[in-house]
Parts: sequence; structure tokens; C-alpha cells
Amino acid sequence: MCLAIPAKIVSLEDDIAKVDFGEEVLREVNVALVDAKVGDYVLVHAGYAIQVLDEKEALETIRLWNEILGTEAEKPA
Amino acid sequence: MNKKLRFRDPELAKRIVEKIHDIAPKRDLVKICHVCGTHEWTITHFGIRSLLPKNVEVIAGPGCPVCVTPASEIDSAIELAKKDVTVTCFGDVFRVPGSKNSLLDAKAEGFEVHVVYSVSDAVKIAKQKPTKKFAFFAIGFETTAPSTAAEIFHKPPENLSFLISHRLIPPAMELLLGIGDLQIDAFIAPGHVSTIIGLKPYEIFPKAYRMPTVIAGFEPLDVLFAIYMILKQIREGKASLENEYVRAVSWEGNIKAQELMHRIFEIADGEWRGLGKLPSSAFKLKEEYDDYDALEKFNVKVKSGRDLPPGCQCHLVMIGKIRPTECPLYMKACTPQKPVGACMVSLEGTCRIWAKTINTNSSLIK
Repeated sequence: MCLAIPAKIVSLEDDIAKVDFGEEVLREVNVALVDAKVGDYVLVHAGYAIQVLDEKEALETIRLWNEILGTEAEKPA
Repeated sequence: MNKKLRFRDPELAKRIVEKIHDIAPKRDLVKICHVCGTHEWTITHFGIRSLLPKNVEVIAGPGCPVCVTPASEIDSAIELAKKDVTVTCFGDVFRVPGSKNSLLDAKAEGFEVHVVYSVSDAVKIAKQKPTKKFAFFAIGFETTAPSTAAEIFHKPPENLSFLISHRLIPPAMELLLGIGDLQIDAFIAPGHVSTIIGLKPYEIFPKAYRMPTVIAGFEPLDVLFAIYMILKQIREGKASLENEYVRAVSWEGNIKAQELMHRIFEIADGEWRGLGKLPSSAFKLKEEYDDYDALEKFNVKVKSGRDLPPGCQCHLVMIGKIRPTECPLYMKACTPQKPVGACMVSLEGTCRIWAKTINTNSSLIK
């Protein structure tokens, strides 16, 4: 039930956005709960976008993971 | 390599699992509890438990909103259908047993029950048929409640009312800490609930209970890193609130959604299937929105229901006290094809996830 799937906003009219879940699976979702614009990735839950995904943070997460693993691997156990 | 695959990078996973083994206590048992059906899916589907040291256990708390919906509220939805009200609901709750029957049974008996993808669809259907009466069965945690609030705020048509069954996650986490023999050491907090409520509601767990708490995303690496972050805190003797899921969760959460929820709902005590009444754990409509209250409007009064069919151990599975395989009905009387308990019905129920993923006949499962 709390499953939320990322999708990209391809068009927007008032609170209704057309989003692409990938491979051109398009659906209309309500974006009243978020401040999103065309091109943003949003998390979609039960027909509503509940949050805008932060692409910079996503890349930063992976960088941080590598950093944690890299630096700490060099320390003696 | 696309981003999704990077979040599932097997090399990174291998290295983080090594780190987890390095920093985990050598003997003391560490019990980490998550409270989200989607986390349970990730953990089970990717075999994360099998990658952890033997003394690091991950248990599933009450993270399936369909499973925690009490029989009395399913009974109420069925009563509405019997009063010539068309009930619209999410597909997940359609087959969940009430005291005697499910909404699916009610439909089979000829009453009007329709599955919708979203509360917006429930509004659309009601607008298309203005002479019919409709009630939307609004279940779900804080992830789902804002969409119900948004539709009510925009004044849906008068022929649509709502059976509000939303529940709140932090009070359920607190309940688990009151169960002495569970002895939980840390929490993985649910990522999508947190996109809405932010971090603040979890502050109590490290502060008052000295419980490391990490908000995690849903890719296997998210969960592995959350476990690593928890073990690191334990090793350093710390208890703090950390956010692994920064790409979706901010400290303050989704303020628009929070404001809408608080405009439409007030917090009330709520019944949880098999767990009884938990204080301040549910939403109910504020008085000014009483006109949308389906139970008031159609005078439906269901006092109590039978949450657990004979033999069903859903109440113990839901708090992580037993594993599905410890329930005498699991994969015998209770299967995904013919479920007995709510945890075997819902796609996010622990029993169903285990049944669909794990071959319990395998000699590898003890």
C-alpha cells in the first residue's frame, strides 16, 4: 500500500500531470501535494505524486556509499 | 549503468555486506525492526536476511496498512454496501476478511463494491453517477492519507462519503517498544511514510528510548546501508536519528501534505487488527467535514469484529513476534490462493511476501 513508484512528468495542466513510468507507460496523476515541473521525477503513490525526487541527492547517495566503503576499507581492521 | 541498477549494484552490495560483518557485534543479538511492507518485500525478495551475521536479526513490524485494518471496519464497509451504497476501495483491501466475509464476498452476493486505483477515481465515478450513493473506504498510513484529505478539501460531490480508516505509524512503533519480550534494538523507519511526515516524529525513539533509527529507501542497497548505519551507531554506543533516503525524504517532510491532513483530520484513538486500541494512532474527520462521514450519514454502527479466524496468528506476525513459518496455518490452511488471515491476503503482508518468495520446503530453510 505504501508502495510508491518514480515517474517523470512529461506534461502538466493545473494539478494533473501526465507521467512516464518508463518505457512509455503513461498515466495521469495528481500533483496537488508537490511543487513539481515538467521534467521532474516524482514518487507516485495511489494516483498522487507525494514527493519530488532529488536527482542530485540520488547521485550524492551513491558517491557517499562508495566513499564510506572506500575510506573505511583502507583503515586497518 | 542507469541509476536503478547502481542502486542494485552487486559489487557495492558485496562490499557493504563485508562491512556489516566487520562491525556487527560478535555475539550479542541485535534485533532490528522495520515497519513497512515494501521493506519486507525488498528484504525477502533479495534474500537480505541470509547475508547478515547470524546474530543480526531483522523483524517485520505492523507495516502493512491493509493487514492492520480491523475486521470491524471491513464489516462497516460491508454494512454500507448492504444499505445500497456503492463501496469503492483499493484492490488490496478487497479480499481482506472481516468478521465473517470480505468485500469480495459481499460483491459475490450482489452488493456493489468497486476497486479503484486512487481516491481521485472514486471521486470521478461518483460524479459520473450523481443519482447513486458512494462511499470510499479510505485505508492507508500517512503516505495515503494526504490524497484523501486533498479530495475532501476540494469538496467532492455530495453523493460521495468516506469511511476513514487511516492509521499512523509512529504510535505503532511506540507500541512495539512497550512489548517487553520483543527487545528491539533499532528501527528502520519507513521511507514513503517519511516523505510525508519527515524526520521529526521519529525523534522520540533515539531521545526517549535510546533506539538507533534510520529512515531507509527501498532498493536492496538502501536497506543494507541502513543496517550498516544502525550497526555503526550500536558499535559507537550512539542512538541517533539518521536519514539514508535523502533523495526522497527531507527533515520537514511534505509540508503541503501535512497541512492538508491537519486541515481535514484530527487525531483519534484507533483499533488495529488483533492489537486492540492504540492511543492517538488514527485519523478521523474533523467535525466540519461530518457531512462526508459515511458511517454517520448511513447510520452504520459496528461495535466490534472478529479480527482473527481460529488458529490465525496474524497479530503475532504483525508485531514481528513470530515468523510466518511459525504460524500453524502457514502454507497449510492459509495460502495465497486461499488466505485465512489478513497477512496472507495483502501484497504487503509478511505471510504473503514469504509465501510468494521463499520455498519453505527447501532444506535450506530451517
